[in-house]
Amino acid sequence: MDVAVLIFLSSGLFLGWSLGANDAANVFGTAVGTRMVRFTTAAIICSAFVILGAVISGGGVAHTLGKLGAINAIPGAFMVALAAAATVYLMTKAGLPVSTTQAIVGSIVGWNLFSGSLTDTATLVTLTATWVICPLLAAAIAAVLYKGVAAGLRAAKLHLIRLDAYTRAGLILAGAFGAYSLGANNIANVMGVFVPVSPFTAFGIGEQFVFSSAQQLFLLGGVAIAVGVFTYSKRVMMTVGRDILRLSPIAAFVVVVSHSLVLFLFASQGLEHLLARAGLPTIPLVPVSSSQAVIGAIIGIGLLKGGRGMDYRLLGVVGVGWLATPVIAGLFCFVALFILQNVFNQQVYRPAEYALSETVLARAAAAGIDVAPVRALRGIRYPSATRLGDALGERIAIDNQTLKTFVAYAEVDRMTIDPRRLPDLGDSLLTAPQLAAVERLAGQTFIHRWMLDEALARESGEWAPLPPTTVNRIANRALDEKRQAVYNLFRVAPTR
Amino acid sequence: MKPFAIFRKTRELESQIDQFCDTVDQGGLAFKLGITSYLEGDTAAFEDKLKQVNELESQGDSLRRMIERRLYTQTLIPESRGDVLGLLENMDQILNKCEGPMWQFAIEKPEIPNEFRADFAKLLEAVVEAVEALVAASRAFFRGLETVSDHMHKVMFYEKEADKVSTKLKMAIFSGDLDLARKAQLRNFVEHIDNIADTAEDVADRLAIYTIKRSI
Repeated sequence: MDVAVLIFLSSGLFLGWSLGANDAANVFGTAVGTRMVRFTTAAIICSAFVILGAVISGGGVAHTLGKLGAINAIPGAFMVALAAAATVYLMTKAGLPVSTTQAIVGSIVGWNLFSGSLTDTATLVTLTATWVICPLLAAAIAAVLYKGVAAGLRAAKLHLIRLDAYTRAGLILAGAFGAYSLGANNIANVMGVFVPVSPFTAFGIGEQFVFSSAQQLFLLGGVAIAVGVFTYSKRVMMTVGRDILRLSPIAAFVVVVSHSLVLFLFASQGLEHLLARAGLPTIPLVPVSSSQAVIGAIIGIGLLKGGRGMDYRLLGVVGVGWLATPVIAGLFCFVALFILQNVFNQQVYRPAEYALSETVLARAAAAGIDVAPVRALRGIRYPSATRLGDALGERIAIDNQTLKTFVAYAEVDRMTIDPRRLPDLGDSLLTAPQLAAVERLAGQTFIHRWMLDEALARESGEWAPLPPTTVNRIANRALDEKRQAVYNLFRVAPTR
Repeated sequence: MKPFAIFRKTRELESQIDQFCDTVDQGGLAFKLGITSYLEGDTAAFEDKLKQVNELESQGDSLRRMIERRLYTQTLIPESRGDVLGLLENMDQILNKCEGPMWQFAIEKPEIPNEFRADFAKLLEAVVEAVEALVAASRAFFRGLETVSDHMHKVMFYEKEADKVSTKLKMAIFSGDLDLARKAQLRNFVEHIDNIADTAEDVADRLAIYTIKRSI
């Protein structure tokens, strides 16, 4: 791996570090601040579980962020992460409970605007809706849990000393769970933008276990978070534990558990799969703000106790954070990308090209879109998805879904299959039938990604996506990751 | 109940606190039996109880020190550590206040006129009831906050009772025809005994605050 790649990853690591410094306090702040748990104990547990959560369960959320905008050049990813990190830093300086999630989303949208990529509005709506739901859900869970725990403790009549011992054990367990959920949910914020441009290759340990390139990135991000926890979180923990939240240890336990449950709900692919199998609606896998989940949980307990002594200003601050953080990060990212591209001559996005060829129109027609009104656009090349959208918009009333379909079909991405490069993928990413399918396509050139997808699916059933039901979502996500690796491997630099 | 080995130290500390409560409780009972024996003129039994109160007092001291040291070195119950220390020290005071009058009886050997003996016995009864109610309230503080007030009001009740009896006794003493020195000596003994109930009430008042603090 060359040094430049490491330099570009550094902004993600910086973002990870600040996440560790700030958000670890949400998990262990009260426990350490009230001296129920020693800082060293907390830091070790927190780091270990953040890394585990990131590597084991980080994938689902990262995929959602990838749908919002697939950053396709590493200098661009560098700036997206840097803009988010800088926003987090500035907002923290201003004393606002800032969320890396909101910063990274704003930043990605900034990149989309700069590169002329389409922002997936459906994903954006899901994301923003979740930000509102997350604290509310945390409040509800905390209120119910608090009632339950209080009733249980009354019934159990524990000795003060034993209650203390159990609370300590509870805080440590809840903290471990919280750190795991934090890693699973928030690693995407730190490393998600680097996934499509990951410099790592997958490798396998034994037959079953595959360490994908995304997981290697997440491990690196997890380590950055851990470094943040060890080097800087103590101060924040003391502040959170003593000044902001005057909570009894039991209430602190409830807050941490509620926070962790919320983060876990929005990150667990396993739970998503279970829900889907039972025919229940699934929870979107979305990065949420750990700080806002904590504030939600505290408000939940506060309201349960009659709302006395509560700081309602906090609610306003959260609201401001929702608006201000993504906007600032987006603007920052846009301006910084401009500078990086024009002053430092870095390629911040891979120039795309969109063309409505006969094949594309035929494919769109096959997908049930009326292509007659846009036939006149045949042969014109568009430099960005937004330009294509504008051109289409002049001809037909186009909804978001249709536009997305058109863009996906029209995007030119030249790939020539050269099986000699296959070993670069590592020997465990693709299955044997999948490899064989790729090899059979040797020498062929594909102009669009979907053409390669379809060709591969014809060669081997293992390249065919399952029907897009919620149950199949995880399998299709894994397939997407493999396809992405194949695209990156065989891509031919655009000729313009 | 044996949940986990990691909670072994917790159980030890719990039982030390229980033992400390037992010690204070027994201190009160031994005090009552000892003074009763003195009033009945049974010197041997009195000496025996004096020894017992003495032992209980030093046992209470060492238990208290052990508990306090553990609370601090293992940084236990950070939220209510100060309160628990206060409670233990104040309860220890009760043991001291039981031991003191016993020694004074042993040293001064006051002659209690027959007509006052019944009231002395009543005073003793009220004082020891107050101490027992306080110990029960303290146990409840450790185990289940809801029942603290069930015991607390008894402390107040018996303290008032002890005050009434002691006032009545002092008035009777000073309206009699003993010489002033004896009157003053008897009054001192009444006050020393009544003092125990007053201390119990002071501890109960603090306990009430600790309880409110814990339930928030």
